[in-house]
Amino acid sequence: MLFLLPTFASLFFSLTRWNFQSATFIGLDNFRQFFHEQNLYQSLINTLIYGALTSGLKVVLGLLLAMLLTSRIVARGYLRAVVFFPVLVSTVGVGITFTAMMHPTAGVINTTLALFHIPGPGWLTDPHLALISVALVDVWKGVGLATVIYMAGLVSIPTDYYEAASLDGATNWQKFRSITLPLVMPATTTVIILSLIGGLRSFDLIWAMTRGGPGFTSDVIASVIYKQYQAGFYGLSTAGNVVLFAVVAAIIVPLSLFLNRRTTEA
Amino acid sequence: MTRRLSDIVVGVVAVLISIVVFLVPFAFIVIQALKDVRESSDRSFALPTSWHLWDNLVEVLSTRDYMLVTAFINSIILTVASVTLLVVFGAMVGFVLQRRPSRWTGIINFFVLAGLIIPPAVVPTIWVLQGLGLFKTLHGLVLIEVAYGLSFSVLLFRSFIATVPRELDEAAIIDGAGPFRLFFTIVLPLLRPVVVTLIVTQSVAIFNDFTNPLYYLPGNKNVTLQLTLFNFQSQFNTSYNLLFMNILLITIPPLIVYIFFNRQIVAGLTSGAVKG
Repeated sequence: MLFLLPTFASLFFSLTRWNFQSATFIGLDNFRQFFHEQNLYQSLINTLIYGALTSGLKVVLGLLLAMLLTSRIVARGYLRAVVFFPVLVSTVGVGITFTAMMHPTAGVINTTLALFHIPGPGWLTDPHLALISVALVDVWKGVGLATVIYMAGLVSIPTDYYEAASLDGATNWQKFRSITLPLVMPATTTVIILSLIGGLRSFDLIWAMTRGGPGFTSDVIASVIYKQYQAGFYGLSTAGNVVLFAVVAAIIVPLSLFLNRRTTEA
Repeated sequence: MTRRLSDIVVGVVAVLISIVVFLVPFAFIVIQALKDVRESSDRSFALPTSWHLWDNLVEVLSTRDYMLVTAFINSIILTVASVTLLVVFGAMVGFVLQRRPSRWTGIINFFVLAGLIIPPAVVPTIWVLQGLGLFKTLHGLVLIEVAYGLSFSVLLFRSFIATVPRELDEAAIIDGAGPFRLFFTIVLPLLRPVVVTLIVTQSVAIFNDFTNPLYYLPGNKNVTLQLTLFNFQSQFNTSYNLLFMNILLITIPPLIVYIFFNRQIVAGLTSGAVKG
């Protein structure tokens, strides 16, 4: 009830100008306003960039880390623990920590780079970089989960395949391309879907690190929803919610159908 | 199993990189938390010249009338209550969905999946909560967390109940057990592994939840731990040592959980994810 009723109510209220007491029907004006205002429109683009970037990086890094951690290297247990732990830490805490570390002059990252005479960029103050910096922190925090899912996928691949391939004289790259990659496809599907859902809805990390700034350059839909809500534009905020819902559904549903079909074929 | 030289080299390199990438941020938190106000304001990585563990701890706890202590209590109530409800409802719904397929099963399954994907509509939810008189209360937030987490737990339980043999139910029914007895004395004990994983993963998630308390629990009376962090971020603009002491404090509970339940967390997350 707490979930479904608001979802349907949101469809109605997004069409109105609304302040809890009265709802004036204004048709699609909220949506028109949403797409016309530059920074609101920008937030939609940012959401897509953020989602694509985080889930893409999580897939690549997660697979690499998982292959590393299922091979026979030393200190495997320690590495697994370390990679996974950030998943459990408070997002806001992580955000604040990295905000301090990414400070343009005093932050640890840039003072370290300065030791090697590399001028560090203003990670969170540069309008072009802020969103990407936040996305990188998101990857840092979330890659452990992707790695664990991939590890489960890799372990379930029978070793016979690799042995047969070795007998046939396959190189490591060939083994990776024609055995590992297709057979971890279910894991890839899960990682992509999970991190896309998370990335598109992401709010707390962005809010803790930049609050959508500088300007509106790192605003995503979820942070716009909160800003409009704070400002009292409930109708507009709800319209944002509907847009977010539409975006998530429009991306996730076809993608999961597509990926699942490929998985069953493989 | 002999190790090749390359395994050792790669391992050592990986350890070094992991120290830089994953341990430095945590070391940073600890170091900042130990400094005094003046030293922490430059946010450097240098070790503190004097140690202030106890001072900072006391000061951060006593700020704003022991707000952090209240927040700790609130967070724990929230987590325990929500997770309990999630386990009970999740197991029941999962059980019914798996064992008694009916006309409604398809529709319910669809809603469960939808619940996993659809982002919650914020303002209308507040409107509903206000209508019920639950806005700004801890009970309201518990219900919210349960509603948002239920999809995941239903999916997890359903896939696990499928592995419990149906003959067991039938035997119990023949022996005269009613539906409730069947569920609580036969099925639920068998679900213990999945209950443990659910408790661990969901309590970490709810404990760390920031967005929902921010929306549904404004005000200082019912503050949760993640919100204190948010409030202190503006208030402690100049005293980074206290801010980081706060981060350190709220990182400890997940750390403890992690140390004890490492295996279950990983197993739970992957089984839920891959099967779901």
